[in-house]
Amino acid sequence: MAKHGFDIKKQTGFGTIAIACFILLYTPIFLLIIYSFNSGTSIAAWEGFSWRWYVSAWENEQVQDATVRSLVIAFWASAIATSVAVMAALATTRTPKFKGQTAAFAMINQPLMVPEIVTAVALLILFSVIKVATGYTGLLYLIIAHAAFCIPFAYLPIRARLQGMDLSLEQAAADLYASPFLVFRRVTLPQLWPGILAGAMLAFVISLDDVVITEFVKSAGQDTLPTYMLGQLRRVITPEINAISTVLLGISVFMVVAFTLLSKIRN
Amino acid sequence: MFTGISAITAYCLDTGTGDTNLTTAIHARNLRKVYPGNPPVEALAGVDLEIGDNEFFTLLGPSGCGKTTMLRLIAGFEHPTGGTLEMFGKDLLDLPPYKRPINTVFQSYALFPHLTVAQNIAFGLEMLGKPKAEIKATVDEMMELVQMTAMADRQTSQISGGQQQRVALARALAPKPRVLLLDEPLSALDFKLRKEMQLELKRLQTETGITFIFVTHDQEEALTMSDRIAVMGGGSIRQIGSPRDIYDRPAERFVADFIGDTNFLPAQIKSVEGDVAQVLLASGKTVTAHLPEGVAREGAVTLAVRPEQASLTTSETGLLSGMIDNIVYFGTDTHVHMTLEDGTTFVLRQQNSADSTLEYEKGDRAAVRFGANVAQVLKD
Repeated sequence: MAKHGFDIKKQTGFGTIAIACFILLYTPIFLLIIYSFNSGTSIAAWEGFSWRWYVSAWENEQVQDATVRSLVIAFWASAIATSVAVMAALATTRTPKFKGQTAAFAMINQPLMVPEIVTAVALLILFSVIKVATGYTGLLYLIIAHAAFCIPFAYLPIRARLQGMDLSLEQAAADLYASPFLVFRRVTLPQLWPGILAGAMLAFVISLDDVVITEFVKSAGQDTLPTYMLGQLRRVITPEINAISTVLLGISVFMVVAFTLLSKIRN
Repeated sequence: MFTGISAITAYCLDTGTGDTNLTTAIHARNLRKVYPGNPPVEALAGVDLEIGDNEFFTLLGPSGCGKTTMLRLIAGFEHPTGGTLEMFGKDLLDLPPYKRPINTVFQSYALFPHLTVAQNIAFGLEMLGKPKAEIKATVDEMMELVQMTAMADRQTSQISGGQQQRVALARALAPKPRVLLLDEPLSALDFKLRKEMQLELKRLQTETGITFIFVTHDQEEALTMSDRIAVMGGGSIRQIGSPRDIYDRPAERFVADFIGDTNFLPAQIKSVEGDVAQVLLASGKTVTAHLPEGVAREGAVTLAVRPEQASLTTSETGLLSGMIDNIVYFGTDTHVHMTLEDGTTFVLRQQNSADSTLEYEKGDRAAVRFGANVAQVLKD
């Protein structure tokens, strides 16, 4: 232990503030989970334990429909975003420094900086033009929109892993007669996959959770789980919403834990 | 079924035998490398170099002297700013690293962590598209050559540093390159293992007949293993020669200073005959010294004398006299540190033996003697 170092944990009131923060952060979530098991119809008055809202959500055709749509969009969006992110990460870490590299980096991460509502409005306008011109109103708009804002979330862990990798391994492969493609397939990719998987999972969760852009881009009857839930708020709120939220929370926690573990895999 | 020896012999026959020593493996002309920056860094300032086939050639120098840049240019990881580079008479510069019949043993070994020992060794052969049976035979042969057969299926993280070193060597030798580059491959090993590997590398080079280009900053390593050494400093080659030449006949102060310990003495040239000069020491006495080509043939010069070439004597027979500052015992030998009358410091080394005792003590006055033609006149 350093005797003279500044240790914030030793400051007066540190523990109190920390506990207060945790309570503020997690009490709402705990309440949400608890009331998802309420046997009554209220989301505020406890009437006893029951699985009824989970069963009701499971049997609700609108929920089933929205869930499938959410998963389909999240799957394709994260797949596209991850492929693009891998290429972008290779281009920004495995090429000699080029002019405008910083600008390229900023552009890749643009969805993190630009207010989501701005992107949403912009996409709404663009897609309306295309819809009018082509008549196509399918899921592709949502998939493309989701893929676009998922790119930076997939890109960052992949890039971090590429930067952490020993460059001499790729040089060794090239030295042993591997063409650039074979270097990637036989040496880079086998070491990069935890990063790719982590990036894909993060992108999946981000897509699954999106409300703003989806709300603007979706056509009629294209509710995803979050937009369906938002729609329900305008009507009667039952603990069914709590049950769906709890399941979504479970999926997200699982994905984030898996993401953290994957990021830690070395070689 | 191949045996290790027959495969190696077959390879040696491939490259020809009799006149191989006359063939130039690597030929660099005015090779330059400047790294852009502010200010730009000149890593290689026009290097001319010819490395013979079957040669154990060492690039020796302090860090930043350009030796690693030279190696990376030959491997193809860097592109030169100017000059030409040929291998067996063919231009190398247009070929990417994966098209050059050159393999490298990296300083960090750079073993593929996701592959086993045998898979690492097989990598180059697979990339060359060799048939499976041939790959297996060569891998077995290579593992035998570096005594790693028992470790074939181990992960590279499960073997020791010395073993990783052997795998890196086997992996680079397996595709039977014409030239093998070794980038300080022994620097991560402990002292005893390093000694063993020095002999091992020399043996492998002799057995395979492959041209080895070895990069090191360790002068002892260079002296023990090399056929020829190029001493590099400041991005250029300062001297090329056999280990003996380099050690006994350093051409300039930089080389004499870098290789081994050397005493530098101020002197004046009195007369010159061929490569022998009569030089006047600060004490007023005259001694015969070796005068290499390209060194000033008159006026003030610097003489280099190795510590083990000098001995202590009485002041009448000595060339230079002074005071003993310190006597340090080193086990096999004893170092005597002196300050000469003109203020120059001088170190001499005397071998210890059962019946010899040093008759001098710290603080004594003594004289230094060295033989005719032992001292070397240096280019400054």
